[in-house]
Amino acid sequence: MALLPPEFIRILISSVLIVSFVFLNAMILVYIERKVAGHIQRRPGPMEVGPHGILQTLIDGLKLMGKQIIFPDNIDKPLFCIAPLLAFVPAVVAFVVIPFSPKLQAVDLDMGIIFILALASLNVLAILLAGWSSNNKYSLIGAMRSVAQNIAYEIPMLLSLLAVLFMTNSLSMKSIVEAQKPLWFIVVQPVAFLIYFIASLAETNRAPFDLPEAESELTAGFHTEYGGMAYGLFYLGEYANMVMVGAITTTFFLGGWSGPPLPYMEYSGAFWFLAKVYFIVFSMIWFRWTFPRVRFDQLMNFCWKIMVPFGLVNLMITALVLKI
Amino acid sequence: MADPVLPYQFVSEIFFCGFVVLALSGGIIAVSARYLLHALLGLVVTLFGVAGLYLYLGSFFISLMQVLIYVGAICVTIVFAIMLTETPDQVKENHKSGLRSFLAAGAGLAALSCAFQFIYLTEWQPALSRTDDFSIIAVGKRLLTEYCLVFEMISLVLLFAIIGSIILARGGRGN
Repeated sequence: MALLPPEFIRILISSVLIVSFVFLNAMILVYIERKVAGHIQRRPGPMEVGPHGILQTLIDGLKLMGKQIIFPDNIDKPLFCIAPLLAFVPAVVAFVVIPFSPKLQAVDLDMGIIFILALASLNVLAILLAGWSSNNKYSLIGAMRSVAQNIAYEIPMLLSLLAVLFMTNSLSMKSIVEAQKPLWFIVVQPVAFLIYFIASLAETNRAPFDLPEAESELTAGFHTEYGGMAYGLFYLGEYANMVMVGAITTTFFLGGWSGPPLPYMEYSGAFWFLAKVYFIVFSMIWFRWTFPRVRFDQLMNFCWKIMVPFGLVNLMITALVLKI
Repeated sequence: MADPVLPYQFVSEIFFCGFVVLALSGGIIAVSARYLLHALLGLVVTLFGVAGLYLYLGSFFISLMQVLIYVGAICVTIVFAIMLTETPDQVKENHKSGLRSFLAAGAGLAALSCAFQFIYLTEWQPALSRTDDFSIIAVGKRLLTEYCLVFEMISLVLLFAIIGSIILARGGRGN
């Protein structure tokens, strides 16, 4: 019976795997974040639930799912409901094109990175809707900060990725990894790597650029009014975005799945890929608990006066070197 | 099953209709919205519908670009401008006086009849008979050579959008 083509079944299975990967990741990363934060501040972090508090996030997740979602008065209800979904769904769908190993990739689009960037651009819209529909000054201020920051930092981010794309001549994630067989691009393009990493910290609203949710001034920023699983979806989306940043960095600069050979490298390359991704994510957490939050004018000056010029010069030099 | 292609064609036609309905319903939302922001979200829905139509036509690249540029960048910029002007608790009176809506309907009909005139005059050729190369390189070359004027005209439209949003923002929170 050829009712369901094999391609359809394959996509179905990989979607289920990707969704469970994202959920599992968020659980592990919340735990890691709290533990690392604890140890950096010389305290143990979560310790009560399970050995060394290892089940803490599972219990927290269950609690969030059981909670009632409270709708404050005078909100714009349809938009209030759409916003968390819009923050979560695109972040998960983007994982479809991530090459975990030579064979573990759901779809190899020939414009994979544009697919990811297009979906990532919806994140800003979600934050805006959340902030605006909450009818709360903290939410609105958080959302407006977020969009100013995201629009500004998108430019150096794209410039740095473009420098790599000049060298690979392809937008497919898989061929970008394969182009790094002789040498990782972090060696050839160190400036692009730094620009991308810093800009992506700002794009994911992570400290030291977490002004949209600066808890000491804005309560929780754009998701102040959200509770229960609506809040949980924002959280899942944020961690999915962090892993996505790690995955893009690994694919573009750290050679993707390449590493010391393992048995069944076509599949087990995912081990090296994930190891690099988690290292990047760990550095993001490390940054968060090391640097204080920047002021808004510093944030904007840093982007427009340092990152964008450096990105442009780097791009021009790359183009010149490739042409000569 | 007699013809193996038939069910797929049926599915693709369903998708086509879905995208058209999406684009049209976005337009209806935009026109009938009470808040400016809802009107803009209607625009977002329409743009998604149009992106879906590009997908139906087989140009994945253009469809992604539609989402990346129009939804991700331009709509967000417009929302930013609108957020400076109103929040949900400031429900504004809709200026639906007789003369205004009459003029608006007249202008809309005039624009529509112009568009229909052009649609009627143009000799339509299916894209496949003109080219079968939908790669990024081909699209890029065409945009910067043959269709350069159209490309630049679109950026003019965007300039108008930006100016319009600035004008809207200026009259907002200040008073």
